[in-house]
Amino acid sequence: MMTKNSPRSDLLMLVLFSAAILTMPIWLAPVGAGYPDLLQKFAIFGLFALGFNLLFGLTGYLSFGHAAFLGIGSYAAVWSFKLLGMNPLPALLFSVVFSSLFAVAIGYISLRRSGIYFSILTLAFAQMSYNLAYSVLTPITNGETGLRVLQSDPRLFDSSSEASGPLISNLFGIEMTGYSGFYFCAVLLIVGFYISQRIFRSPFGMMLRAVKSNQNRMSYTGLNTRPYTLTAFVISGMFAGVAGSLLAVTDPLAGAERMQWTASGEVVLMTILGGAGTLLGPILGAGLIKYFENIFSAYNEQTLHAIFSFLPDFMEGPVVSLASLFVGEGWHLTLGLLFMVIVIFLPGGIMEGFNRITKMFRRKSSRVGKGTGHSHFPASANAAE
Amino acid sequence: MEILSVKGVNKRFGGLKALDDVNLSIEQGHVHAIIGPNGAGKSTLLNCFVGRLIPDTGSVTFLGKDLIGAKPHEINQAGVSRVFQTPEIFGDLTLQENVMIPTLAKRDGAFTMNAWARVDGQGEIRDKAMHMLEDVGLVDKKDMTADSLSRGDKRRLELAMCLVQDPKLLLLDEPTAGMSRADTNNTIDLLKRIGERGITKIVIEHDMHVVFSLASKISVLAQGTVIAEGQPEDIKGDPRVQEAYLGGAHV
Repeated sequence: MMTKNSPRSDLLMLVLFSAAILTMPIWLAPVGAGYPDLLQKFAIFGLFALGFNLLFGLTGYLSFGHAAFLGIGSYAAVWSFKLLGMNPLPALLFSVVFSSLFAVAIGYISLRRSGIYFSILTLAFAQMSYNLAYSVLTPITNGETGLRVLQSDPRLFDSSSEASGPLISNLFGIEMTGYSGFYFCAVLLIVGFYISQRIFRSPFGMMLRAVKSNQNRMSYTGLNTRPYTLTAFVISGMFAGVAGSLLAVTDPLAGAERMQWTASGEVVLMTILGGAGTLLGPILGAGLIKYFENIFSAYNEQTLHAIFSFLPDFMEGPVVSLASLFVGEGWHLTLGLLFMVIVIFLPGGIMEGFNRITKMFRRKSSRVGKGTGHSHFPASANAAE
Repeated sequence: MEILSVKGVNKRFGGLKALDDVNLSIEQGHVHAIIGPNGAGKSTLLNCFVGRLIPDTGSVTFLGKDLIGAKPHEINQAGVSRVFQTPEIFGDLTLQENVMIPTLAKRDGAFTMNAWARVDGQGEIRDKAMHMLEDVGLVDKKDMTADSLSRGDKRRLELAMCLVQDPKLLLLDEPTAGMSRADTNNTIDLLKRIGERGITKIVIEHDMHVVFSLASKISVLAQGTVIAEGQPEDIKGDPRVQEAYLGGAHV
């Protein structure tokens, strides 16, 4: 069931994707996720996971230190605010430049090894960045307190503006908070998705999948694998840098904890949960994790009592105390269970689930139509999605 | 004309002398077979040609270019392709992609950042790949993933991946090992047809049927050194060769 990817079907996919992203405030409202703060997170972490997937999904190199680029992007953006003013565009430019510089350096060294050694090297670099940001680099990162924009900063281009109220990033007068902030992130997510789609369909993308498949054959075929993996690493780092920059745009603050290994682990979870190597999977995974984080962690015993109030009293108590383990502070438990279920039953992530469902339907309809349903090679359908 | 020249190549693995002063001269357009009993050093020798191993001493020159110390991808870009003993293919990709990748490598070189064009827009490359798949009889399976092929088909796919690059020198490491008699004969026919294109080949083979139906020159390797060399008819009757194969008096 190889779905052919024509330029036309890709355009359709892009249009549908854009429409879905831009109308998120409407269709996510009924499930309680239609507020701007969460929507911004969906878009930002969607972009982060999308970039991570360009490296992990295509080349199979599992970076365990991608949060470093997220943090570098944030710091670069806040410095741009401090020096140049609150416009998000120079901030984005700064972030892309700095995250790619770091990605070149870290990638050049880490990519000398593959497999688990590569993961450990990237993890080491990320932890080094984290610790540096916390201690030695305090003049640049403002250490524990986190880097903020102050009224006393030069802000070259908008120092003339009135010096009162909190400093908020604004794009030519549009404040980057609330829905306008979300739409700014959403547009960048769509641009990121388009770039990612182009890479997936390009000869370059095919080479990256060849790296994952058989590096040995690649070099005996006359291809130098190192520049391919390094380019993928840098592009992926840039995506993370932009995501970090957007975190700062929607909330002009950068802290070292953004680079911690838990943040690096989170993007791995997002990508695998959604489906590594698929175009849409990582974004779905990012959305799901951020949704769980915000919704389930907001539940407390009172809300649970309200939900289970239909039960008789002697049952309500135990049920609530059991369920309360999985919400509030314990939302990680729910996430852990979900992750286990997905990895065991759907190793290809949510996207594999979708593929199986559509295949089931197609098989049924072709059985009715032709008598026998022939389905070819599920593995390739996965990569093609 | 000499295309590959091997002079005084030695390779030791610890105490084992795998190659002992090997000298070979491969003529352009010929099919040169290297035969010999197990452990004679045939695969080691081939590994020295493609940059997988670096010999301790000696020189390997391909069309005047020194191959010692060159990276595998540089050697391939110079015009040497290799078929492995166990098929090395892109198992997760489709057959069409498997053949398009070497075609692109030939056109674009060792690295090109071609990230904006579409694979399905590369008509010329795809047509070339399709022709090649047709030549090896795999065109019906072009959308299958390579891992799902039978072993014989995987070998033919790998051969197609090498041939599509129009190499100047093709190295075949036991191209028919593990194949049925019918598949072996198909492969021999295929290799003979390639011969008509004028690609020089070095074949390592155990199967004498294959060797004598393809080779125009044979070198016999035993215990890391060339013990006999010549036309197939001469080799057949050479007592030293029979001794090497049948064990002889001393091992």
